[in-house]
Amino acid sequence: MPQRFKFPARDFARTLAATTAVTALVATAACGSRAGEETVATESCVDTSGDTIKVGALNSLSGTMAISETTVRDAIYMAIDEINAAGGVLDKEIEIVAEDGASEPTIFAEKAEKLIREDCTAAVFGGWTSASRKAMLPVFEDNDSLLYYPVQYEGLEASENIFYTGATTNQQIIPALDYLAETGVKSIYLVGSDYVFPRTANAIINAYAEAHGIEVLGEDYVTLGSTEFSTIVNQVKSAGADAVFNTLNGDSNVAFFREYSNVGLTADQMPVMSVSIAEEEVGGIGIENIEGQLAAWNYYQTVESPANTTFVEAFKAEYGADRVTSDPMEAAYNSVYLWAATVEKAGSFAVADVQAAADGVSFESPEGTVVIDGDNHHVSKTARIGEINADGLLYTVWESEGAIEPDPFLEGYDWAADLSVTE
Amino acid sequence: MDLLVGQLFTGLSTGSILLLAALGLSLTFGQMGVINMAHGEFIMAGCYTAYVTQQVVGDAGASLLIALPIGFLVGGTMGLILEALLIRHLYHRPLDTLLVTFGVGLVLQQVARDVFGAPAVNVTVPEALRGGVDLLGTTVPKTRLFIMALAIVAVAAVTLVLRFTPAGRRIRAVVGNRDLAETAGISSRTVDAGTFFIGSGLAGVAGVALTLIGSTSPTTGQSYLVDAFLVVVAGGMGRIKGAVVAAVALGATQAVFETYSTASLAKVGVFVVIVIFLQLRPQGLFTLRTRSLA
Repeated sequence: MPQRFKFPARDFARTLAATTAVTALVATAACGSRAGEETVATESCVDTSGDTIKVGALNSLSGTMAISETTVRDAIYMAIDEINAAGGVLDKEIEIVAEDGASEPTIFAEKAEKLIREDCTAAVFGGWTSASRKAMLPVFEDNDSLLYYPVQYEGLEASENIFYTGATTNQQIIPALDYLAETGVKSIYLVGSDYVFPRTANAIINAYAEAHGIEVLGEDYVTLGSTEFSTIVNQVKSAGADAVFNTLNGDSNVAFFREYSNVGLTADQMPVMSVSIAEEEVGGIGIENIEGQLAAWNYYQTVESPANTTFVEAFKAEYGADRVTSDPMEAAYNSVYLWAATVEKAGSFAVADVQAAADGVSFESPEGTVVIDGDNHHVSKTARIGEINADGLLYTVWESEGAIEPDPFLEGYDWAADLSVTE
Repeated sequence: MDLLVGQLFTGLSTGSILLLAALGLSLTFGQMGVINMAHGEFIMAGCYTAYVTQQVVGDAGASLLIALPIGFLVGGTMGLILEALLIRHLYHRPLDTLLVTFGVGLVLQQVARDVFGAPAVNVTVPEALRGGVDLLGTTVPKTRLFIMALAIVAVAAVTLVLRFTPAGRRIRAVVGNRDLAETAGISSRTVDAGTFFIGSGLAGVAGVALTLIGSTSPTTGQSYLVDAFLVVVAGGMGRIKGAVVAAVALGATQAVFETYSTASLAKVGVFVVIVIFLQLRPQGLFTLRTRSLA
């Protein structure tokens, strides 16, 4: 009887040895092919022979980020419909393959892989959180494909395979600080959600404050989605700062601003500068709690330009008169047009041709002319400080002189030299 | 000293919010042992009840008072349906209940998203509850005082029902010893359904009240779920008294920690305290003496 147990044991050892050997072989082979001939493994399967060209729309349609990302999806669809109605790109009709990122970075990576390899899309539009972008970045780099990312973010990143059509820090946060300094703010209090964007943003803000003689009286983070602000708001109140810099994201803003106005703080006494509150969010917070507060973006629905009038009218006609347009939606809308313009300029859908042609491609967007910087794949943008009015819309109270060139690594700012590139 | 007293008061108000969110759970999870992951979505349903009521009624003050009982019925009815269709069949399989109710929670979130849209909606706070009152050196928003009062009323109501009504006696009997209670002629099935109705209804009431301080969006309920479970576990299963003490203790700990560190560190601190506490006293603050052998 004992012998019967010996065989499986030996079998097991043999299987184990074999598996290890095979794994090692495969690993070596994989490394070898990667180092040697990368183009073979990543050959594009994009089909450009027919009358249509496929692109991917990858947004969270479920989960906690759906609240924001569905609006971006709407803008992407509208841009594609408009381009198709005007004759398409290189005479091909754009066909959308939509996927749901489900607010999960891993699912974003998985779906990106699917869009590139199985659906053979020429480019993908979408992503919102930095976590989702960071998860997708290696997928687009390994497969040598293109992602157009439409949301303002914490900077300190540049990839050959990503075009960033939202603001980087020197087009949003630094102008916001410049504005506060201009209006005589000498001390600030920082409140943010606890994840990569607010922490990086606040590192930049601290460096700026130190260089410009602004005192940072406090820095507080809450977990995403937290609604408990009584202590923080009491501390903000007793600290008596000239202004609050708010990098809270999502639902937490509702609880924060309600508590803020409940303890008697107003925009006149202590203005709050927010970088994640756009037209969409104001309604949910309640105008009575947030009227008069400030926000920093590149675009508001109220921006006066012929392109914006057309954009807002088209959007309301398509999705309903009660809908509002916001900065990330506009950046997403721009991203589709910028891609189409680059493809037209390159005369090709191939990734290498699009990358080569990208520098200097411009689009008369609702926020003004935006131009792609070929070196860092960001776009030039006009910074605007907006005030929230009783009608729930934001109105520009200050704007930068012309479009600001993107500087994701803040190389043009001496005080930012010590900011380590944190990943 | 003033600051500390003020923070203790803040803790009390934080605690009353925790308590309101956890009270229903202390019935369904604490008394019945059902791990209902959709409890947060019942709270969310209460939030939307407040929103819809306000759209219909118009006046913020009146609609809040009307929404409280409606929220109870909406939450309770949803709980009743969930109990009858799914949980009833899984009473002896707690892990399956956990998965099933988690799934139900996701479904409810998506339904809310399809019906009300993904962006958060705004429930206007009545004029009378805006602003704050200066108490012991700190400004306490009136909304929080209202929630404190509501939490006290809710706890009192639940305690009275459990202690002095025939239905409450039956619930306590079934919790004490299910088999013996059945032998005595109590229909444990009816009692289960009733308990679940009350527990879920309280989640609905909590939802209505929480629109005063937080957001109303499809994922609102999730942010309260973990805290609610913490309160029930730390307080001791099946004891309303435990939930009350645990909620206030957790709220105060959070508030005091937050004063001397940051909000995120305070959260970590609270978790550490709970882990250590449960190591020393795994049964929670108060234990329920039952006559069952298990």
